[in-house]
Amino acid sequence: MKIIHSDVLVIGGGLAGQRVALAAKRRGLEPSILSLVPAKRSHSVAAQGGMQASLANCFKGEGDNEDVHFEDTVRGSDWGCDQRVARMFAHVAPKAIRELAAWGVAWNRVRAGEHEAVINGQRVTLTEREDAHGLITARDFGGTRKWRTCYTSDGTGHAMLYTVSDRVIAEAIPVHERQEALALIHDGHRCHGAVVRDLITGELSAHLARATVIATGGYGRIWGISTNALINEGMGAALALETGVARLGNMEAVQFHPTAILPTGILVTEGCRGDGGVLRDVDGHRFMPDYEPEKKDLASRDVVSRRMAEHMRAGKGVKSPYGEHLWLDITQLGAAHIDRNLREVKDICRYFLGIDPAKDFIPVRPTQHYSMGGVRTDYRGESQWLSGLFSCGEAACWDMHGFNRLGGNSVAETVVAGMLVGEYVADFCQSRHGDQEISTALAREFVQREQRGLEKIIANPGHENAVDLRRRMEQIMTDKVGLFRNGPDLESAVAELAELLARSGEVGVNGGLDANPELVLAYRLPRMLKVALTVAMGALNRTESRGAHFREDYPARNDRDWLNRTLACWREGDALPRLDYEELDVLRMELPPGFRGYGAKNIIDHPDTAPRQAEVDEMRAAKLDRYAVQSYLMSFKHLLPLKYRGRNERLDEPLP
Amino acid sequence: MTASRTLTFHVFRHNPRDSGGEPGVREYQVEETPGMTLFIALTRIREEHDPGLSFDFVCRAGVCGSCAMLINGRPGLACRTLTSELPGTISLFPLPGFELIADLSVNTGKWMRAMSERLQAWVHLGSEVNPNQIEAAMDPDLAEAVYELDRCIECGCCVAACGTALMRPDFVGAVGMNKLARFRLDPRDDRSDAEYYQLIGDDSGIFGCMSLLGCQDVCPKELSLQTQIAFMRRAMARQGL
Ligand SMILES: Cc1cc2nc3c(=O)[nH]c(=O)nc-3n(C[C@H](O)[C@H](O)[C@H](O)COP(=O)(O)OP(=O)(O)OC[C@H]3O[C@@H](n4cnc5c(N)ncnc54)[C@H](O)[C@@H]3O)c2cc1C
Repeated sequence: MKIIHSDVLVIGGGLAGQRVALAAKRRGLEPSILSLVPAKRSHSVAAQGGMQASLANCFKGEGDNEDVHFEDTVRGSDWGCDQRVARMFAHVAPKAIRELAAWGVAWNRVRAGEHEAVINGQRVTLTEREDAHGLITARDFGGTRKWRTCYTSDGTGHAMLYTVSDRVIAEAIPVHERQEALALIHDGHRCHGAVVRDLITGELSAHLARATVIATGGYGRIWGISTNALINEGMGAALALETGVARLGNMEAVQFHPTAILPTGILVTEGCRGDGGVLRDVDGHRFMPDYEPEKKDLASRDVVSRRMAEHMRAGKGVKSPYGEHLWLDITQLGAAHIDRNLREVKDICRYFLGIDPAKDFIPVRPTQHYSMGGVRTDYRGESQWLSGLFSCGEAACWDMHGFNRLGGNSVAETVVAGMLVGEYVADFCQSRHGDQEISTALAREFVQREQRGLEKIIANPGHENAVDLRRRMEQIMTDKVGLFRNGPDLESAVAELAELLARSGEVGVNGGLDANPELVLAYRLPRMLKVALTVAMGALNRTESRGAHFREDYPARNDRDWLNRTLACWREGDALPRLDYEELDVLRMELPPGFRGYGAKNIIDHPDTAPRQAEVDEMRAAKLDRYAVQSYLMSFKHLLPLKYRGRNERLDEPLP
Repeated sequence: MTASRTLTFHVFRHNPRDSGGEPGVREYQVEETPGMTLFIALTRIREEHDPGLSFDFVCRAGVCGSCAMLINGRPGLACRTLTSELPGTISLFPLPGFELIADLSVNTGKWMRAMSERLQAWVHLGSEVNPNQIEAAMDPDLAEAVYELDRCIECGCCVAACGTALMRPDFVGAVGMNKLARFRLDPRDDRSDAEYYQLIGDDSGIFGCMSLLGCQDVCPKELSLQTQIAFMRRAMARQGL
């Protein structure tokens, strides 16, 4: 048996995984990274629109700071997030972007003087200040009160991932490409690494480490149509679930993006609307202001997606061979702006649709996009149930997004979480808990178990066809666990997914144990079905509507009964996951639950909300400086690694 | 609408680790559908005819650079190639110049990492910044110019289309030279031309290019590769004097 040792085993070579590895390396540890694909091809590369950080450099960003970013994030989450984590995030995001700026990301910069922009369908002239010239600029995004989304044209994820990957190469961190973690090695209390399969040769090995980090991205590909890369199949969530002890958080919290093109679900960025684009219906009518007079096309994503679906249900969709859609109109922005700031969008329109977005409308519809749920961890990124197992990025639920993520907050999260969790991983490794104390017998047991599993698949007579089962799973998720949900559909989804899971054990494959795509699908399928089941069960149980989780039969946000986080755990031998719940404490919230301002107010209040609101109001009325108010209401600095506690400088906020 | 076509695919099939297996070409027929890309067609072939067929798609949106292959003899990204732009018979071969994994899958990642290590293709920082402080200002046009060169997706098309690369396995290719041009333009990289010369001032680098323009013709991101190479060559020639 091949055994590979490192201090920190990072499963995932996207932005989150590589940034964690860099943090560990800089603390004197030896990390190693696993990835299904070359690291630069991870899905982070596809992020288009930008990264949120409250720099307040551009004119429409003036007055922005951590407080505003924090509040936008909490509102966006529909109060489902961990507010301490949202605070840590908002505080570190400016540091993260400045670090990336130094490492080489070519962020677009402020140009002093006048420039034109399109806001709410009108051409306006904005004037940028002289002292901001050459600093990082930002664009508007949904659900934010300031222009805070920093960008490199619409290739932000590419620029960030290449810069971070280049640093990983510079710092000589090994990336084991085309290597897939199949199972975590653990003893029920402590995680020791993973069983890893070489996707070229099929060879299994044991990667042992003091700390293991799941940074595998989202689980969008359990839906039929998704904006996600094909490799985002939720294998990280499955790794944690299959330990039987680690838990997943809020798996039912899944975001649908308003603007993916037909038929394949390729995304066109929210930056299109941020820069002034609007949605139109079959009659060419701009309909969002009818539903959301205030935020219009730039309401929170979950809201825009539901309004679009509602509008199509009202017969205002455009018919096409691939089903109904609406139009995204960015013609008003003009060719020059599109050529400069929306060039990926232009390429996508040209290559996949054969249209020119400076002249033609883009056919779009809401499509699965982001996984708010994931491996549940504490604010340090560590699983509360399996010591030595960490997680960060889209794969994790340390819980800064709650039930809806704001655009631009995810790539920001990946690097911020990478920086913070990386420090905590290093602390762990350097403490007595971090000693490596695993017997090779345990590692062998886990490797042999995976080996037997694969051999069993190869030997199967093959009564079931993996492609058919997968298509059925995708259809169920799309039809019954989508944008609008209801009890009967979710019940049948759970029943049918459970049946598919049982049948998935009967899948047979031709060919052998090495590079064999058929085998890969066969062993991933049951894992995907388990992830799908935790999503469907979570959605069925949660009899309220919050953020992206919308129950037609329970349209109210019910803080009284559901201001909590779903936890899912799957014991070996069980047919279904077990769910339990973790309460969110209103009395410790800096921003007590309120109304997000979309549609009609429909909230069942938590009994603690009013008293907490009174406390907060009283404190705010005292007119102290903002740092003092903040730390009184919900102190969080002590949760941060020392090196990241400092204040952020801004043009109008010099460092003390 | 024109009548739908039945497309005939000739696809290279070979697994080099399969000791008995000989390289060959298999034929598949697929009904064309509107808006069909080679990604859609190959997925259908795998699902309906040949579940063991290996190929690499990740983003399927033309941005990750995984799916470069020879499409009727020409390097290109399969995911964003519409079948409607191709004749009814389509041949697909793996990208030359890279280690074959199986069928249409090649190991571009390993090649790119080795190239990056050899060329030290990262921003060489003078010192770490204090991230609490306002970032250093950068000219907005310069930032855009750096991004322009940064748009390379390491797909390998330029290497596959390069006469020198096919003769000299150690040639760094347009991808490598474009990277150094990018870092040279970037004010944050504090290397001098003398240092760049050490990295590419020979026939495996800037002086190996025969200016055949193959790289620029096939670059899916339409990077100005020949201009960058010519520019670097002039700068390096000055160093060599
Ligand atoms: C089209 C699109 C556009 C987006 N645009 C934006 C945007 O503009 N702004 C924004 O903030 N967010 C955006 N997002 C979201 C954001 O890009 C992602 O949430 C984020 O990049 C995820 O990064 P990550 O590092 O967590 O995971 P990923 O980048 O998905 O990386 C996952 C890694 O895990 C590896 N992996 C997975 N499973 C295994 C396994 N079993 N073994 C070994 N390795 C494994 C993969 O190979 C990969 O390297 C966008 C998302 C999409 C889909």
